[in-house]
Amino acid sequence: MASTDIALTADPDPLFEYILRLGDNSLVLGHRLGEWCAHGPELEVEIALLNVGLDLIGQARLLLTYAGEVEGTGQDEDALAYLRDAEGFRNLLLVEQPNGDFAVTIVRQFLYDAFNLEFYTQLQHSSDARLAAIATKVVKEITYHFRFSAGWVVRLGDGTAKSQRRTQTALDELWRYTGEMFAVDDIDQVVVAAGIGVDRAALKPLWDQRVVDVLAEATLIRPDDNEFAIGGITGDHGEGLRHMLADMQILPRTHPDATW
Amino acid sequence: MLQSDWPLYEVFIRGRNGLSHKHAGSLHAADSKMALENARDVYTRRAEGTSIWVVPSVEITASDPADKAAFFEPTADKIYRHPTFYKVPDGVENM
Repeated sequence: MASTDIALTADPDPLFEYILRLGDNSLVLGHRLGEWCAHGPELEVEIALLNVGLDLIGQARLLLTYAGEVEGTGQDEDALAYLRDAEGFRNLLLVEQPNGDFAVTIVRQFLYDAFNLEFYTQLQHSSDARLAAIATKVVKEITYHFRFSAGWVVRLGDGTAKSQRRTQTALDELWRYTGEMFAVDDIDQVVVAAGIGVDRAALKPLWDQRVVDVLAEATLIRPDDNEFAIGGITGDHGEGLRHMLADMQILPRTHPDATW
Repeated sequence: MLQSDWPLYEVFIRGRNGLSHKHAGSLHAADSKMALENARDVYTRRAEGTSIWVVPSVEITASDPADKAAFFEPTADKIYRHPTFYKVPDGVENM
């Protein structure tokens, strides 16, 4: 699956693919959070979710701009964000999962933030100066994201019977998408061997400890590692991403020269 | 849980080091930790602050507008309390 999809590009540059994955994670989750606009449970919490979303969109801009430069065919951040179909996206399945209820959004954010914090902390030491600089900026943002999402996991889990039930359900439903965060492929291996990327497989115990500590405080049960759904980073996405992109891309695709 | 169940907090922001905290507004939150985070997200998203205080609104004891005359008007004719009766020697700056 990986090889066929990557072969779609004439010259699959591993670094380009790698940065695209990072940028797409930020872009897709950022847009998902944006979908809460005018639908948040409370004004303050909605602004908080959108602040996190805007942080992620900002990260996506830095990363996709860099990806376009590495690719060298003239694609800028907008071309990469708005003119690719779902098959061209390289984000993790976890981040594209629909918002669901507030518990689903918070648990999705928490599981990803816990990973992202470890990932970008290590990416600061990348031999690629541009990625290292982006990581240094991003780590501060993610530190707050994790504080926010972990705080809400505890509040919901250790809250009322209803909030606990919903949060545990969200955790059980989303757990199957967590394995992909640590599933490395040949793109990872090349980029890690070059000292540029982070060995995601090695992050699993750090992530697990971070997650387990919060779940214990939240009186939630860590689901078992059974079958994991994998495929987002090689372009094999769920139907949900197609719907999301249709919404996200309609304006620039309908009016290619629109400016504002 | 509805927001109407959440207590009100007053938010004070310090813009820069050396300045004092100023009242920025109020918000609802379930607890003080959430109030602090909500204040960060609602009141400092345009880089307005370097420090935040949140105080439960019920903890603030305020003067009664009905006491205005007794509280504040007696000071109106006591201009000698203003430090404007001193001669400042030549060459002294920043007074």
